[in-house]
Amino acid sequence: MILVSWINGFLGAIGAATLGMFASIGRVVIFTLSSISHIFRPPFYPKEFAQQLLHIGYFSLPVVGLTAVFTGAALALQIYAGGARFNAEAVVPQIVAVGMVRELGPVLVGLMIAARVTSSIAAEIATMKVTEQLDALTTLSTNPMKYLTVPRVLAALCVVPILVGIGDIIGIMGGYFVATGRLGFNAAAYLQNTADFLEAMDIISSLVKGAAFGVIAALMGCYYGMQSDRGAQGVGKATKTSVVAASVLILAANYTLTELFFSA
Amino acid sequence: MITVENLHKAFGDNRVLNGVDMSIGKGESMVIIGGSGTGKSVLLKCILGLITPDSGTITVNGKDATKGDRDTFLAQFGMLFQGGALFDSLSVWQNVAFRLQRGPLKLSKTDARDVAIEKLRRVGLKSDVADRYPAELSGGMQKRVGLARAIAAEPQIIFFDEPTTGLDPIMSGVINDLIREIVVEIGATAMTITHDMSSVRAIADQVAMLHDGSVQWTGPIDQLEHSNNPYLDQFLNGRAEGPIEAVR
Repeated sequence: MILVSWINGFLGAIGAATLGMFASIGRVVIFTLSSISHIFRPPFYPKEFAQQLLHIGYFSLPVVGLTAVFTGAALALQIYAGGARFNAEAVVPQIVAVGMVRELGPVLVGLMIAARVTSSIAAEIATMKVTEQLDALTTLSTNPMKYLTVPRVLAALCVVPILVGIGDIIGIMGGYFVATGRLGFNAAAYLQNTADFLEAMDIISSLVKGAAFGVIAALMGCYYGMQSDRGAQGVGKATKTSVVAASVLILAANYTLTELFFSA
Repeated sequence: MITVENLHKAFGDNRVLNGVDMSIGKGESMVIIGGSGTGKSVLLKCILGLITPDSGTITVNGKDATKGDRDTFLAQFGMLFQGGALFDSLSVWQNVAFRLQRGPLKLSKTDARDVAIEKLRRVGLKSDVADRYPAELSGGMQKRVGLARAIAAEPQIIFFDEPTTGLDPIMSGVINDLIREIVVEIGATAMTITHDMSSVRAIADQVAMLHDGSVQWTGPIDQLEHSNNPYLDQFLNGRAEGPIEAVR
């Protein structure tokens, strides 16, 4: 009898967790579709869009640059050391280029955007919710989805691919400086090898990933901000959950897009 | 002008509004009193459409509040929120002129700023406050800015949610007087929710007392002290004993 009761409880808990997960997915999907539909319907807020371009794009440049340059530099050292095991040290420029452009550039920029931008958006909107600023927007005939979500998502869509492009270049240059300064590579040959090895599809995939990761980061920040519970604890939880959700979704989207672009 | 009939709203098992009936005439100032958690704010938010009621009807100027164009409906309202709810990222004048810079009432930036400074002056603030940010203002100044924002577009209906909460008695008196003056000046219909009796006496034409999700008493302000209603009597005298259960 006790065993049956325990099994019922166990299965019930699994069922409740599964239903809760599907309900969460459903809410995120509805929020995403609602955001997309608001993109095409007036009124539009170009000033807020321009401000978000600055906040998401320009102010993220230092963290993106620093992340990329150190990753590119470390990658060059690793590939040189690993390649030395089978006399393949010469492939450093090619592997750094492919590694940065196809994978590390977009993923690290995406994760940095999730850390810097998603958290900032979620905390800001959650605070606005807790202090009734979202209600105030509504009473002033302004839809929070149009005024807050659409400018942020559109700005991230436009500017994160540019950040990824910049991150790719800085990452490759990080590898270049280490390879030419520490590992004895010829500067001109390094750059020539990099340029020769990269293909158009490598760059396209990198920029498409950047756009997708930007949208995910902004959407998660807006969604969890608007879903925030009351009080400081609610704001903290919304911020934490938004960053975790954005990071996991970015990594999952990265795998899916890599399959789409590069699977045999 | 505003009619609420048999309004119900529950959050899970918690039945907050349990058949509220209320009517506010044009140009009248209705103050709703009641203890914390009796559904005053929920009622106000239901009228504004910020919360969807479970059942019941709300009509504003004879039109069903849940039907028709939302922007046109909300354009009739101004609202002073409990904590001010000023937008942190905007300067004081941009907060006041928010509605005047968007939508059908849109003015040029210069005109919107001029109107904002005029409204700030009306609530007793000098023009040098206009370019400051809400975080740089005291609680009383934030309330005044919130009031200026609520009246900026000269709405027909103004809602005041706990307008004196967090203010000292003198500043509360100043805000109460301002609210009364401005409501009379604009000729607006006003609905205030509060448990501050000084606000009630300064602002109200009519008073309604909400308890257990329904209106326990309603009447003109001059009958407030002679109602013989046990709920109202207990509330006005702040007694722990009476029909309203007080948790110790």
